[in-house]
Amino acid sequence: MFESPGISYATLWPVLLVLGVACAGVMVEAFAPRAARFNAQVGLAVVGLAAALAGTVAIGSGASLGASTGEGALIVDGPGVFSQGLVLLVSLGGVALFAERRLDNGVSVFAGQAAALPGTPAERTASQRGLEHTEVYPLMMFAVGGMMLFCISGDLLMLFVALEVLSLPLYLLTGLARRRRLLSQEAALKYFLLGAFSSGFFLYGLALVYGFAGSMSLAEIGAVAEEGSSPLLLLGIGLMAVGLLFKTGAVPFHSWTPDVYQGAPTPVTAWMSAATKIAAFAAMLRLFYVAFGAEGDIWRPAIGVVAVLTMLLGASFAIVQSDVKRMLGYSAVAHTGFLLTGLLGVQDDAFGSTQAVLFYLTAYGFATLGAFAIVSLVRGPNGEVGSLDRWAGLGRTNPWVAATFAVFLLSMAGLPLTAGFIGKWGVFAAALGAGQWPVVGIAIVSSIIAVFFYVRVIMLMFFNDAREDAATVATPSYATSGVIALSAVATVALGVIPGPVLSLLVDAGGFIG
Amino acid sequence: MTLLFLIPFAGALITAVMPARPKLWAFGFAIATLVAGLVTMFTAPDTNLIWMEPLGVHWALEMDGFGKLMVMLTVVLVPLVMVAAVKDHDKRWYAWALALEAFALLTFLAADLFVFYIAFEATLIPAYFMIGQHGGPNRAKAALKFLMFQLGGGLVLLGALIGFFVVSSEAGSPSYLISDLAQLDIGTTAQRWIFVAMFIAFAVKAPLFPVHTWLADTTEQATTPTSVLLVCVLDKIGTFGMIRLCLGLVPEASAWATPVVIVLALISIVYGAVLAIGQDDLLRLIGLTSLSHFGLITLGIFAATREGLVGSILYMVNHGVATAAMFLLAGFLITRKGTASISSMRGLEKATPVLAGTFLVAGLATAGLPGLSQFVSEIMVLISAFDYHWLVGVIAVTAIVLAAIYVLWAYQRIFTGPTEQPRPVTDLNRRELGVVVPLLAALLFFGFVPGPLISAAQPVVAPLVDVIQAGE
Repeated sequence: MFESPGISYATLWPVLLVLGVACAGVMVEAFAPRAARFNAQVGLAVVGLAAALAGTVAIGSGASLGASTGEGALIVDGPGVFSQGLVLLVSLGGVALFAERRLDNGVSVFAGQAAALPGTPAERTASQRGLEHTEVYPLMMFAVGGMMLFCISGDLLMLFVALEVLSLPLYLLTGLARRRRLLSQEAALKYFLLGAFSSGFFLYGLALVYGFAGSMSLAEIGAVAEEGSSPLLLLGIGLMAVGLLFKTGAVPFHSWTPDVYQGAPTPVTAWMSAATKIAAFAAMLRLFYVAFGAEGDIWRPAIGVVAVLTMLLGASFAIVQSDVKRMLGYSAVAHTGFLLTGLLGVQDDAFGSTQAVLFYLTAYGFATLGAFAIVSLVRGPNGEVGSLDRWAGLGRTNPWVAATFAVFLLSMAGLPLTAGFIGKWGVFAAALGAGQWPVVGIAIVSSIIAVFFYVRVIMLMFFNDAREDAATVATPSYATSGVIALSAVATVALGVIPGPVLSLLVDAGGFIG
Repeated sequence: MTLLFLIPFAGALITAVMPARPKLWAFGFAIATLVAGLVTMFTAPDTNLIWMEPLGVHWALEMDGFGKLMVMLTVVLVPLVMVAAVKDHDKRWYAWALALEAFALLTFLAADLFVFYIAFEATLIPAYFMIGQHGGPNRAKAALKFLMFQLGGGLVLLGALIGFFVVSSEAGSPSYLISDLAQLDIGTTAQRWIFVAMFIAFAVKAPLFPVHTWLADTTEQATTPTSVLLVCVLDKIGTFGMIRLCLGLVPEASAWATPVVIVLALISIVYGAVLAIGQDDLLRLIGLTSLSHFGLITLGIFAATREGLVGSILYMVNHGVATAAMFLLAGFLITRKGTASISSMRGLEKATPVLAGTFLVAGLATAGLPGLSQFVSEIMVLISAFDYHWLVGVIAVTAIVLAAIYVLWAYQRIFTGPTEQPRPVTDLNRRELGVVVPLLAALLFFGFVPGPLISAAQPVVAPLVDVIQAGE
């Protein structure tokens, strides 16, 4: 007999709304006149995301929290809803950055006509006519929908579907830069090929795990695994981990990160680096704690090794970068390492791994969104200036912009009174509480290395003299400046009074099966 | 008591945005802090509010005798330094100086380890900008080196901070109150690790051999008012932390590590003094003398006798005053000559008798001449060194001989000799005298009347020594 699954729309409507907005966006592309599309798309996206955010807040504070729905395919629990809200918050910022058109003579950062070959007359015509791709908004909405599903997936298949839904639009968005299109397209291709490859690993692992447990549900896998292990399960865990580690940019699956961060349009980088990491870590926490919790003795050392390599490599390679986006790319790799350190802890009623990692993601999300938003402002005659040499002296010509950038960098470096410090404290405490002192020791060493390249940029901006071809700061619209200001305020506020958010996380509890 | 932090902090923000007469505003806030410091010493109740509940962090401030001495030193030095700095520093420096004062005061007041740590780290940002924005040609590099050393130490301390959290949550609900942490029963291994982490951080801060290399570069490149705040206020946090946190929270591990620490301290004492003798740059010279002095302070702390600890606490105050005078006088000298190179100065005695005289007094105070305050503390530390082991005492005593050499030889090279000057040099003006005279007066006063300082330090020291001796 086949029974139709019961679906609790009351807890799922934010996800459905976002996906619905994405579909409506496609309709707008098809039927609305070109001139009206931009406003319609931006309006749809903002309203949709804001309503979904309000919805997640309502669900998060409501009584229906902790319910599984769709025969256990989706689990709406505290941490899941928290990460959904975080994804939505970051995405609202992302939309604001996508919609910025004041920086580059009234056009957005996206290519006029993606199908036109770089350097051909077709491309020139497209840019002369002021064309732009408003499809980016529905694409982004699809990705956001996928991320939200990823945060609450309760079974393997849903996990895989969500992974694909969130990944495919990202590949496309990466390749849509208006300037330096070859770099952008190269990045997109790399991202796509490696991403497809890692999805293959993930799917293979998923099949093995199913073969072991005879169930797709994470909770049931967890129950079966408690009774005994098998090589099938371990191999499955390993292969699934490859898929997830790829998405988060952990060593040795990190090589796409700097290229994609550099090649993608900066607003895409800003949004993607924050949102993808949030969704991927939410899914990873759930998978490892709920389904593979019993195998902790096996995966913890392995993840520990990956964390150590990721931190050390990310931090060391960031030092030698001369391009600010690549530097932030490698710094993102290092942060993945710190987050993985947090994953080594245990779920706890009070302040455990879940809380630590989610707080870290909050702190990192705001800092990275703001930092890349500022990168998009620093420009020369040929668009954005990535070369750090040309950032020298920015603190004298534009003290406020440089000071705000410094705040984001200091938060990433984990200095007290910024959100990053509480985040770093949390993940280290979670890992140390589980007895992982060697990893924490290396994490501290990596933090010292990481501090160096953040501080060096501050030194460059404030203490060095500007060169002749120094970059200038373009005046953005309220959208971008609002994102920067709010991110800076959040970064400092979460550093000084993290209490409310910490309490919220403690109340949200752990992941449930 | 929170006001004592808020006044300079608000002052920093206001100074930064004030369009007209920002320096005067900054000075006003520094004076207000001085008054607030005096008032809090006698009246203010302790503060204890919950700050971050899940982490067990409290906004807890209190002031014991030790805290009082350090607060006094800070609030008195900052306005004096501001007067000294008025000619060649802009308003950014004044804003950063107030911010530095605010966080330095917070470390001395903190009754919660987390608050201490936050303030400990937060002092670095103002210091970094103060070094980087004013000073010699290589100041950016010096600032980076300073910050890397300090942040490195700070992150190691973070390890200890988290270690305390783990131990504290295992024992029940987490709390970072220092009084709660002192009652924890920490296992021997954990205690030792925590000690090592804390000691590394404080050794970088103080500084101590072999993590002292940032000191001379920083004092050379920074302007002298910056150096005063760094060496005389900020570095005290290192030795303050050794007493308050190393001895106070992990006494057994401190006793375990004492032999190694004493060796490091001895090396610092002799090595710092020998290096100082060989310096041609006056500012490097003064920086390195501090390495020697911090060695002595550390020696007194870890010898862990009553005299030694009281002596070290006194030493911290006296060294602050004497070295501040040395740095500021050196600064006045350098603005006159346009160089810090000792070999390019000579015979200034005739042209600037007042400068020469004050320099000699401050220098002799540094060298521990009886009648000047540093002598009292130095003797107490040396007694404790002999108590610990006669050999340690013998090596430590060389500090006095070496100090006499570096002070007098520097004096001789700068001030005596033929008097011809390429351009006329003027003596100290009223503003400069106004800065130096209070410092010298304090040196003289506490040289003859050390009683108030000792009685402030005694009650802090007694319980520490009891715990350590009970452990032995």
